[in-house]
Amino acid sequence: MDLFLAYQSLLAFVGINGLLALSVYATLSCGQLSLANAGFMAIGAYTGALITLHAKGVPFVAVLAASALAPAIVAVPLGLPVLRLRGVFLAIATVRLAFVNWDYTNGAMGLVAIPQRTKLWTIALSLALTLFVLGRLRGSRTGYALEAIREDETAARTMGIYTTGHKMAMLVLGAAIAGLAGGLEAHFTFMVAPGTYRFERVVEWLVQAVVGGTAAFYGPVVGAAFLTVLPEVLREAGARLGLAPGPFRLFLNGAILLAVILYLPNGLVSLPARFRRRAAGLA
Amino acid sequence: MTLALAGVSRAFGGVRAVDDATFTVGDGEVHGLIGPNGAGKTTLLNLISGLLRPTAGKIELDGRRIDGLPPNRIAALGVARTYQNIRLFGGLSAVDNVVVGEHLHRHAPFWRHLLLLPSARAEERTARTEADAELARVGMRERASTRAFNLSYGEQRRVEIARALAAHPKLVLLDEPTAGMNPNEAAAVARLVRDVTKQGRAVLLIEHNVRLVMQLCDRITVLNFGKVIAKGTPTEVGKDPTVIAAYLGEGA
Repeated sequence: MDLFLAYQSLLAFVGINGLLALSVYATLSCGQLSLANAGFMAIGAYTGALITLHAKGVPFVAVLAASALAPAIVAVPLGLPVLRLRGVFLAIATVRLAFVNWDYTNGAMGLVAIPQRTKLWTIALSLALTLFVLGRLRGSRTGYALEAIREDETAARTMGIYTTGHKMAMLVLGAAIAGLAGGLEAHFTFMVAPGTYRFERVVEWLVQAVVGGTAAFYGPVVGAAFLTVLPEVLREAGARLGLAPGPFRLFLNGAILLAVILYLPNGLVSLPARFRRRAAGLA
Repeated sequence: MTLALAGVSRAFGGVRAVDDATFTVGDGEVHGLIGPNGAGKTTLLNLISGLLRPTAGKIELDGRRIDGLPPNRIAALGVARTYQNIRLFGGLSAVDNVVVGEHLHRHAPFWRHLLLLPSARAEERTARTEADAELARVGMRERASTRAFNLSYGEQRRVEIARALAAHPKLVLLDEPTAGMNPNEAAAVARLVRDVTKQGRAVLLIEHNVRLVMQLCDRITVLNFGKVIAKGTPTEVGKDPTVIAAYLGEGA
């Protein structure tokens, strides 16, 4: 039980990062990179925190729903002009949102003393729900359309796929997931501050998604878990071995990351298949 | 099904890639589009499928204007195509490529999948069965689960044709369907094209294999420098002195 308590917040962050990596994966699944997700997360966090602080008695489910809904609504007008652009252009065009939205609500100070309403099971349930939705895409008409868009947008269009609509839907879904994660995090860490939602964080989520593997919908969660737990494990190991904290640990962290990218281009989720192939080759 | 082009032009800067093209393709017809490289054949297919807009003229499908419509709308009206430089979804298996081709007539909305409804499951199964059948038609059944980029050139062309046919189009545009194929494979494609038109669909194809074109097509349109220089039956076109001078050469 002590062990559980000690690792409770680590588990919580595995879950929250998992959601955020999935929010990046949502647009990635149709070949789009949205760097606006930190902004979406901020909108979700602020929305949730403001409701909790100012409207007492609103059930937490409703608060989280608002956290997911608010950025989803913002994503629509943002996506309209941007989604006509292709590929990497979306990334550039969406950077701005990540920067603009934090001058209201107590400015740089952020909101503090938010009641801790997020429990571990709330995070687990949110993650499970999100994974379920993304997992159900597989095999469906929509899922096939998304894969087609990712592979070749022009060919997809001449097969009758309304690419703009599908890209919009995934941008909105990604925004909702990021907002949900923001709401969960705000009610877990007691506070929201604009500095929390730096757009560099999107790059972290992207790395998590890629390291985990984007070929499977659960890959981003694997990557998020791996990259959230890894520094903690190294810290623990370093302390036991009496190594000085700092550079060495960062170096090791980077080296492991590099190794995954170099030797597992399809991410950690491709590891079992690789082992199976190797075993078959030896037999 | 009638496809009618009237005075269609497309200029790229000062170059008129297609210049005042007028011709029709009717029901059950195999229509060949021939001409030297750079004559504007592929540009013409891009105009019909909506990837490009004409700078002048109009394109009608069954009396309805389609120029200016986005490619997905034109596809929904019954136009499917293949590409000269093959645009399969490389990371997807052959059968998955064909399932994507069924997009326009798969109708179970996503929420049914979300609610785990049996009807969604059944629809998914039907889609795969149909895709398998389309692959069988082009003789690619055994390669169904191979990823597209691992297929040979000729195999990729066949899968791309299957993907186009999976949309149940009224008009199929084939851009050099037999390029890179051996004579046996090419003959199989010719049979397939004939088969397709028996069901009342029309085929408009670009092809450099003159013998195949002459045998297969009901009518032929010849392009040179963007202009239609001849049209008619294979016999008529084959005897046309301008066509011989521009494309076929003596002794063809």
